[in-house]
Amino acid sequence: MKVSEIKEILDAEIICGEESLDKDVFAACGSDMMSDVLAYVKEQAVLLSGLVNPQVVRTAEMMDMQCIVFVRGKHPDESIIDLARDRGIVLLSTKHPMFASCGMLYEKGLRGGAIV
Amino acid sequence: MSLYTLHYDVPGDDFTRAGEASGDVKAQLKKLGFDPGTVRNVVIALYEAEINMVIHAGGGVIDVEVEPDSITMVLTDHGPGIPDIELAMTEGYSTAPDNVRSLGFGAGMGLPNIKKYTDEMVIDSTVGVGTVMKLRVNIKE
Repeated sequence: MKVSEIKEILDAEIICGEESLDKDVFAACGSDMMSDVLAYVKEQAVLLSGLVNPQVVRTAEMMDMQCIVFVRGKHPDESIIDLARDRGIVLLSTKHPMFASCGMLYEKGLRGGAIV
Repeated sequence: MSLYTLHYDVPGDDFTRAGEASGDVKAQLKKLGFDPGTVRNVVIALYEAEINMVIHAGGGVIDVEVEPDSITMVLTDHGPGIPDIELAMTEGYSTAPDNVRSLGFGAGMGLPNIKKYTDEMVIDSTVGVGTVMKLRVNIKE
């Protein structure tokens, strides 16, 4: 799935990374616990989170994630946006809550990781 | 024989900066041409350990050594020490305060995650003196 499709499905606002909307995303992970995200390795994944702090971007950076979607209308501050821009990570914000956002992407074919 | 070394001072008073050292290590290893899988194993383990250092020990120092067949990271702090390392290694066990949980950490997954991503993990800790954590990731061919 392209990042642009995620944007459309979730009716999301682009915060930064407009030039990277044609990147491919192969899996998704939804969590507010960054250690849970760090336990999960999938190539080119998107992270959905209701947490807004620099560690969300750092976690995505360590995991080689392409895109972060902030759910429930959360919006990061400038320092977080600058960090994401510098690391080439697309930031989106959707008004949908976490459960609905994950469900909408799943319905369109995006999958998470296997049971570990 | 060490081919390349990196040294970082990790400040302990600013959680928003936690991860800067790990981010730089990632950039350096990528520049050196290591495969993405090796780089990811190194930086995920290092990032968790760096976060721990900031949350629990008021910062410390990180030394990274690149050798022909492995990458070694040594994290040294002068924090409170870990009284029971075996207990600390248990998934879900955490002594982190609630404010750390609200930042997305402190779920008791840090040390288990570090073990998962490394080929060797040695913790030497003395209560009241500090902790030295040595991590090694073998370089994939």
